[in-house]
Amino acid sequence: MIDYHAILPEIVLAVTVLAVLVTDLVVRDKYYSAVVGMAGLFAAMIPLFTLALCEDLAGCNGSLPRELFGGSYVVDQFSLVLKGLFIFAVFVALLLSVAYVESDRYYESEFYFLLLGAALGAVVMSSSRDFLTMIVALELVSGAGFMLAGWRKGDERSNEAALKFFIVGVTALALLLLGVSLLYGITGTQLFSALAETPDAIAEEPAFVLGLLFVVLGFGFKISAVPFHVWTPDVYEGSPTPVSAWLSVGSKAAGFVGLLAVCYFAFPNLSNLWGPALWIAAALSMTVGNVVAIQQTNIVRLLGYSSIAQAGFMLAPFGAAAAAGADLQQAFAATITYLLIYAVMNLGAFGVVIAVGSRLGSYELEDWAGLYRWAPGLAVALGAFFLSLAGIPPLAGWFAKLAMFSAAIGVGDAWGYSIAIIAAVNTVVAFVYYAKVVKAAFFDPVPDYIDVDALEPMEVAPTLRLALGITGVLVIVIGVFPGIASTLAQYTSEVVVAIGL
Amino acid sequence: MQELFDSGWGLSLIVFIPVVGMVVIAFIPRSFEAGLKWTALVTSGIALVLTGIMVALFDFSAADEFQFGADLSWIDVINANYHIGVDGISLWLVVLAALITFLVVIYSWDHWPEPHNPKLLLALTMILATGMTGTFVALDLILFFVFFEIVLLPMYFMIGIWGDTEPRKVPIVNWEIEMRLYASIKFFLFTLAGSAFMLLGFLALYFRSGDAGERTFDIVELSALGTTGVFAGTFAFWVFAALFAGFAVKVPMWPLHTWLPDAHTAAPTVGSVILAAVLLKLGTYGFVRIALPILPDEAQNWAWFIGLLAVIGIIYGSLACLAQTDVKRLIAFSSVGHMGFVMLGIATLTTVGINAAIIGMVAHGLITGLLFFLAGSMSHRYHTRDMRLLGGQMRVLPQMGVLLGFAAMASLGLPALAGFWGEFMSLLGSFEPLESLNESVFRTFMVIGAIGTILTAGYMLWMLRSVNFGDAPAKWLGADLEDVDTFEWLAWAPLVIAIIAIGIYPNLVLGATDDAVVNLVTSAFGG
Repeated sequence: MIDYHAILPEIVLAVTVLAVLVTDLVVRDKYYSAVVGMAGLFAAMIPLFTLALCEDLAGCNGSLPRELFGGSYVVDQFSLVLKGLFIFAVFVALLLSVAYVESDRYYESEFYFLLLGAALGAVVMSSSRDFLTMIVALELVSGAGFMLAGWRKGDERSNEAALKFFIVGVTALALLLLGVSLLYGITGTQLFSALAETPDAIAEEPAFVLGLLFVVLGFGFKISAVPFHVWTPDVYEGSPTPVSAWLSVGSKAAGFVGLLAVCYFAFPNLSNLWGPALWIAAALSMTVGNVVAIQQTNIVRLLGYSSIAQAGFMLAPFGAAAAAGADLQQAFAATITYLLIYAVMNLGAFGVVIAVGSRLGSYELEDWAGLYRWAPGLAVALGAFFLSLAGIPPLAGWFAKLAMFSAAIGVGDAWGYSIAIIAAVNTVVAFVYYAKVVKAAFFDPVPDYIDVDALEPMEVAPTLRLALGITGVLVIVIGVFPGIASTLAQYTSEVVVAIGL
Repeated sequence: MQELFDSGWGLSLIVFIPVVGMVVIAFIPRSFEAGLKWTALVTSGIALVLTGIMVALFDFSAADEFQFGADLSWIDVINANYHIGVDGISLWLVVLAALITFLVVIYSWDHWPEPHNPKLLLALTMILATGMTGTFVALDLILFFVFFEIVLLPMYFMIGIWGDTEPRKVPIVNWEIEMRLYASIKFFLFTLAGSAFMLLGFLALYFRSGDAGERTFDIVELSALGTTGVFAGTFAFWVFAALFAGFAVKVPMWPLHTWLPDAHTAAPTVGSVILAAVLLKLGTYGFVRIALPILPDEAQNWAWFIGLLAVIGIIYGSLACLAQTDVKRLIAFSSVGHMGFVMLGIATLTTVGINAAIIGMVAHGLITGLLFFLAGSMSHRYHTRDMRLLGGQMRVLPQMGVLLGFAAMASLGLPALAGFWGEFMSLLGSFEPLESLNESVFRTFMVIGAIGTILTAGYMLWMLRSVNFGDAPAKWLGADLEDVDTFEWLAWAPLVIAIIAIGIYPNLVLGATDDAVVNLVTSAFGG
């Protein structure tokens, strides 16, 4: 008997995805497709709470974790929080998209359909506990992403982005599949819980190690960790900006979910293998991402490199703790904390970029100079989100950094201290380019060729304003009361305790 | 009122009332300037009155204990709490921060730097006020870190938006950019680099404190642990180094001071005043409140090094002053020297020395605050800060000239004015440092410091000679410049009164600090 309550969020989302298509057939105003989508997202949120609080609810049976389909699909604290994150991220991404896709001759309902489909994939991913389910879910996220990246059909850059994203995505998938088939060939299973019990003798086989590395590599592409990052800035720049927002948050978080699930649930005893690999990826990602970001003049590319560097910060405690064989729970919680806060602030940052960029028609920083003179509200929001990304209190980003530093120092040996020092230096380097955006917006004069009077009467679309409002309030509230994020993260890490790490 | 403060809310109000002011300011339209100014004045005024009440209610007989405290749970997961309180060490610094904020708002009343934007400037001032008072009352390392960092952003914006626009060459790469842009990013990067390592140090302390019970960020608990020797050996060395990085940049100690002359010179008047009067003290306060009590053994190992950098700072700052032509830059470099005396006092690790440091901090805040106000007002009138172009101020602007003379005298450490006590006692302290320290080294420092006081007198008198005395250039005599106006008097008179009051009766400050310092020194260094 299937536990329908456990997969209710997925069911609601699947129905929503279809309902968006049906709405498109019935109504003329495509705006309603988005409304239906958002209503569906709200509906999908509800079962998350009933599942989490099941023990306290009358008439609710069962407790976490709920295992379905022979352990292939597990609903636990970790997957619930991540599902919440994905639904939130796609909700904000929808808000960011509405005015954008309405503004030109784009297919609208199909856009919402694909975006929600990607979210469904990400939600399924967070519960997947075998490779087949995970890869199918991952391809649902990626496949939708390939098409969304090319949504601006007339624009060469958008075409290039879609093609590049597709080729890289398929390569990553091929690597992943190769790794999985190696692992399956050796162990005869692709279920995480069974892989976790691989005897040491088999785990030492070179082919097994190779399989494991291929799997980690495959996810490395998804989270755009260095050296698998080169596609990121091009794709972000070419894609419609709301899609970049989703890719940098939803799609990246999906990659992290996959990586965390594989490492912790399938190969918990092999942390000496994947730990150092991730440590190196973390150190490289933050350093390369930050250094290259300094030279960017296009704000979307800058955010692209920034997201590479942020991925490095997220990996840092995770890699260090695993490499040192230390307490993995704190590292897990730190990565989740970082991921949650990053999602909020990066969506907000993209929101401002979309609002200003669509008014100005340019994403070049030099055209953004003097933003404060003609759009003080947006400039303040821009400053808040970018400085939050830089990790300056009292904006939420500081706590993400603190959690990361804390977990790295908590490792208590050379792996931890060294990554903490690298991260500390990188925090300073990162400030240079975040400050560059702030400097352009607040300190520089408006360029002569920009007609401020023509820009001023334009309004920010209400949906966009709502998105900025939600993320802005969250950035400040989490910054002042960071317990919100850390409690959620601690809640997810109960999973790690449960598997005895 | 007693209940308000006993419940801990009074102190929280002092810290957070400016935030309320900032939010109100955010909702007042930019064109309604009177509303903006009154909101800022009223909120900073309430904060100042509350600090006055706090002093009145403060139990001076128990100055070594934290009073008016609150301890609420904040971030459970890492056991970071909203723990605040004042003792004798922080009492007057809180008052100083609130006073300077209030005076800055008064001064700003009709002295707006270009580009004209009172709304943003006042909003930033309010955030600064919260950050400054918050740092002085925080008794939790994470809370301290957050407040310590909060002040960066508003100051960054102040320098970047209203700062000097003349071109400045960036060293090494030789780009030419505007002074304000160069100074603002330099200020931020220096401080951020220091505080990033400081945070690592805090975290290391947190994890190590777990060896002796529950992990904690609490400054009081960590100070108690510090004397039991939980933090020792190479661990303590690196943690002290990390804390040193954070605090020494902020003070600033030579050779980490290079951001200071640029930031002070480029900042608008109110920015320079706040920066010099209060922000620099966050660093020295950090040494006294965190580094010394938590890592007492390591503090003794580092003392000679800190003392050495301090005296280098004294001499270097004074010599650099002699080479300046810009009044504001001269005052900025004089801060390097004065903060050197404060650090020398701290380095002695004695009751006398640390008392000297605190009274030196308060005095420097008042005196240098006044000097920067004066420098700002003078350049507002003359449209230049170049001392070679100035002169004869006693004839052109006699009141301004008198005030400048007064402030310069106070700054060079004239007895019976506030600046004297900090310098004198810090030299006295280094005559007889803590027993475990090398006496002859510190006596050498004392001699060098004493030479520094002579140099200080030298450049201050030289500055007075070229600005106040001599022949007034004809263009100033005929320009019919306005002497000190009402708002300036209102903003400066309290500083003048406080400088004289502390100068004549230093016990005003020392009466509060002494017990707390004695307690600190006995529990940390046993002496």
